[in-house]
Parts: sequence; structure tokens; C-alpha cells
Amino acid sequence: MPLLATDTVKARLMDAADVDRTLNRLARQIVEHLDDNPPRGSGEAEHVERLALVGMQTRGVHIARRLRDKIEAFEGIRLPFGVLDATLYRDDYRKRLRQPVVQPTDIPFDVDGRRLVLIDDVVYTGRTTRAALDAIMDLGRPASVRLLAFIDRGLRELPVAPDFIGRTVPTIAGEEVRVCLTEIDGEDGVWLVEPQPKDEDGA
Amino acid sequence: MTEEIAIEQLKHRHLLGLADYDAEEIRLILRTAREMRTVLDRPIKRVPSLRGVTVVNLFFEASTRTRISFELAEKRLSADVVNFSASGSSVSKGETLKDTAQNIEAMKTDVVVIRHESPGAPHFLTRWIDGVVINAGDGAHEHPTQALLDLLTIAEIDIASHPRLAEFDFSGLSVSILGDITHSRVARSNIYGLKALGAEITLCGPRTMMPVEVEQLGVRVTDRLDEALEGCDVAMALRIQLERQSAGLFPSLREYHNRFGIRLEHLERHPDLRIMHPGPVNRGVELASEVVDHERSVILDQVTNGVAVRMAVLYLLSGGSGSAVGK
Repeated sequence: MPLLATDTVKARLMDAADVDRTLNRLARQIVEHLDDNPPRGSGEAEHVERLALVGMQTRGVHIARRLRDKIEAFEGIRLPFGVLDATLYRDDYRKRLRQPVVQPTDIPFDVDGRRLVLIDDVVYTGRTTRAALDAIMDLGRPASVRLLAFIDRGLRELPVAPDFIGRTVPTIAGEEVRVCLTEIDGEDGVWLVEPQPKDEDGA
Repeated sequence: MTEEIAIEQLKHRHLLGLADYDAEEIRLILRTAREMRTVLDRPIKRVPSLRGVTVVNLFFEASTRTRISFELAEKRLSADVVNFSASGSSVSKGETLKDTAQNIEAMKTDVVVIRHESPGAPHFLTRWIDGVVINAGDGAHEHPTQALLDLLTIAEIDIASHPRLAEFDFSGLSVSILGDITHSRVARSNIYGLKALGAEITLCGPRTMMPVEVEQLGVRVTDRLDEALEGCDVAMALRIQLERQSAGLFPSLREYHNRFGIRLEHLERHPDLRIMHPGPVNRGVELASEVVDHERSVILDQVTNGVAVRMAVLYLLSGGSGSAVGK
């Protein structure tokens, strides 16, 4: 989510260099994950082939794309990459006055038997992750799903634990974490803000 | 977790017609429908987004396609569905529309989809019930979801000279609507929808089936098929209701076909022309049989898009229906 004019900035958590450094580390962690528990009886090439990145709309997609490019630069491996929108699987339907915009889902590979890394910019209550898992399961039966949170801001309401974390930021209710990315927001950076109260669409 | 705030939203609580929907609202429905379409292509063609929402299909008039299409759309979104048709119901015992609707709503339903022979029946319902009302065809007034699925179908057509169709910008696109305009709710809704997206419209049909002062809608009118097809990108043929013949509006089906029916020769003469029809088709009347089955006929795409468009409308309008359950 972009920084809004009405936000009160409480702290700048990351600048562009921090964002890039964190992405580098996460990319290396995913590469390490490539080597985890190779299934018996399959060659290494096949093992690598079975890993894929899934970015969650909107900013998770851009983070996933950057991670894919970094992994390609480090290792020469280009991982399959998909885009997921879990809007239709959300559970807060009854609380909303308006419906969130449905964005494209585009998973250009067979999910069955894949080891997926699900990528989101901010993990908070865990409800979006729950919705994403349901959406993925409707597409097929992956061998495993790992969760990557660029920012883990805590305050979980569901038993969801990210496997890869860019940074853990303890927050309190009423605060928001804004992850800005050049692709959509014109600059890279992460801010802790207090939004103007009124936002009935807040998650 | 963070998400775009849905600034884009429908300004209306109901879908009674396209006359008062603006281009942005129509585009939002069509964009949403395009994503719904991908759900229909998945192995599991169902998403849980309307779980717990009860939709009543109130069909006071015979309909197969529209009713099945709505019902499928509702089920694909996991809504609970109740069907009501006038025959064999309390309507045949003399119950009024208002009483029927209020009784059904008293059973805690959220959305009413209504098809009725009287123009304005859906509008009337909104005064008496709290739920969301969706017009599935009211007399000769409007049939908005049909027009929306037609718009989505046109947007999928690949026309080199109109590269922005896929973005729902129809400027410069020439669409001809052929047949009984006066009695057609499909024509009326399409005129509003097509005009909102920027298309140029030609109406063509017997004078007896052309509403008076129709030019005020900003359309071209002709009673010559060759004029209507000249430079036309999409021809939309309307169903001729056979009972209109006995009303004397046209002399015979054969004469209608000869003057207004699209035949293979027209497709040959206009190599880019696409054919649409809301169905059910009278083969050999509005369209020659070979035209219905021609590769440039998109009639079956219209049917598939019907489910997607109705899913989009149900999804977008149901957001405000939370009163029954609350938080």
C-alpha cells in the first residue's frame, strides 16, 4: 500500500538500500530451500524444477518477481512464477460495505506436486494467508507451501507462521505498515504509520 | 495483507438497468467478470466469496437460459440459492408482487433476482424490500445482465482496427442491432451500455418495430439491412417473437428473413463482420442456420460470458447486503 497523504509517519523502517539488501538475503534463503529434503528417487534437476514462486496481489507480485530475478542472477536458475489474488476467498465479506477489486490470478504451471513459496508483502492477522492457501488448494495439490513475509508485523489471529521473513516489526493495532515499491509507488521503502481513522476497508 | 483500498466501486445498490450506470461502473463489472471467467476454466469452478448469502431467483416469466445462468453464477460463488417460478406458486392464487417479495424476504434472504413481464417491476421491489435487487429482464424495459455479457463478448473479439476493445473502450466501433427494437429489452440495455463505452450504434428493423423518436438516443436508424451492415463490425440480431406476426407487425417469417435476416452472402460480403444473438435463435428467421454455426458467430461465447458477468454483478452488489448478519 502506498504512503497516503493522510498518514502520520511514526518511523521509517527501511530505505531503498535496506529493501534491496533484505531481498538479497531472502533470495539466498530460497536458494537454500532448494536443497532442503530432496525427495527420494528424483534427480536434482527435477527437484529444482518443482520449486515455484507465487506472488500475492499486489505488492507480493513485485517482490516475487524481484526475488526470481535475483535467484536467476545468483544461481542461473529461473524459477516458474505465478500471481495469486485471494480476494474471492476472503472471510471478511460480511464486514465490508464495498467489495475489494478482484485482480487477476495467473498461475502458468501445474500446481500438483510443486513446492510453492507464497510471497506477501506484509503478514498480519494471517487471514489473507488462509485465503491464499484455500485458493491454491482449489488449483491443485502442491507438495508443500512455504510462506515468505517481507514484513511480519505480528498480531496474528490465525495459526500462520512465515518460513522466510524479511523483517519482523512489532506493531500495535491501529498502526499500519506501508511497503512501497518502485514498480507501483515510485520508490522503495517501508514505513510505520498511523492512518487516519475511518478506513472501513482496513484488513 | 495490505491491499488496495477499493476506491472503485459501484455507485448503485441494485442493478435495475444500464440507463443510469456510467462507463466506470460498467467497466468495473466487466473487469471483474473477466477474472470470474478464469474461475470457470479451473478444475474447481467454485469460490467461497458469497458463502452465507441467500439469493432468490424470482422468475415470473418463462426463461431457461437466464435462469440457469444466474443459478450457476450464484452456485459458483457459493451462495445459497432458492428458485421461484410463477407457475405452481401462490402467484397463481392471486398474491401480489409486493406480498410475494416481502414474504420471501421475511425468510431472511439477501439478494433478489427478478424476471417479470411488467416494466419497472424490479424498481418497484426496491421500495418494499431491503435486499439487493437485480433485474433479469422486465417487460420491454431493460435486461442489463444480457447487455453486460454482450459487452464482455465484444471486448474479447480481436478486431485489428479497434485495439482498445479489450480495455472496454469501444470508441469508433460500429454495432448494428437488428430486429424488433420496440419490444426488446435487450436492445434498450445494449444501447445504453454500448453508448457508455463509446460505440456507434445503428438500429435496423421494420418500421413497425422501431420505437418513435428513437433517434433521440443518439443512434442511427435504417430499415435497410445493407445499410446497417455497411462498415459494421458487430451485428446483433434480436429474436423475433413469433406472436408479433399475428399482431400484424410483419407479413411473414419468410419475408422478414429475406429483408432482415443475415445470410451467408452477408458474411462473405463483409469479411470482418461478427454475429451475435441473445438467444434463443429462430434459425432461418433472424439468422440463416449456417450463420448461427459460422466461425464468426460468437453466440456460444455470449452464453459462457453470461455466467461470468452475473458472478461479477452478484459479487459487486452483495458487498452492501451484510445487514442480515452484521459483523
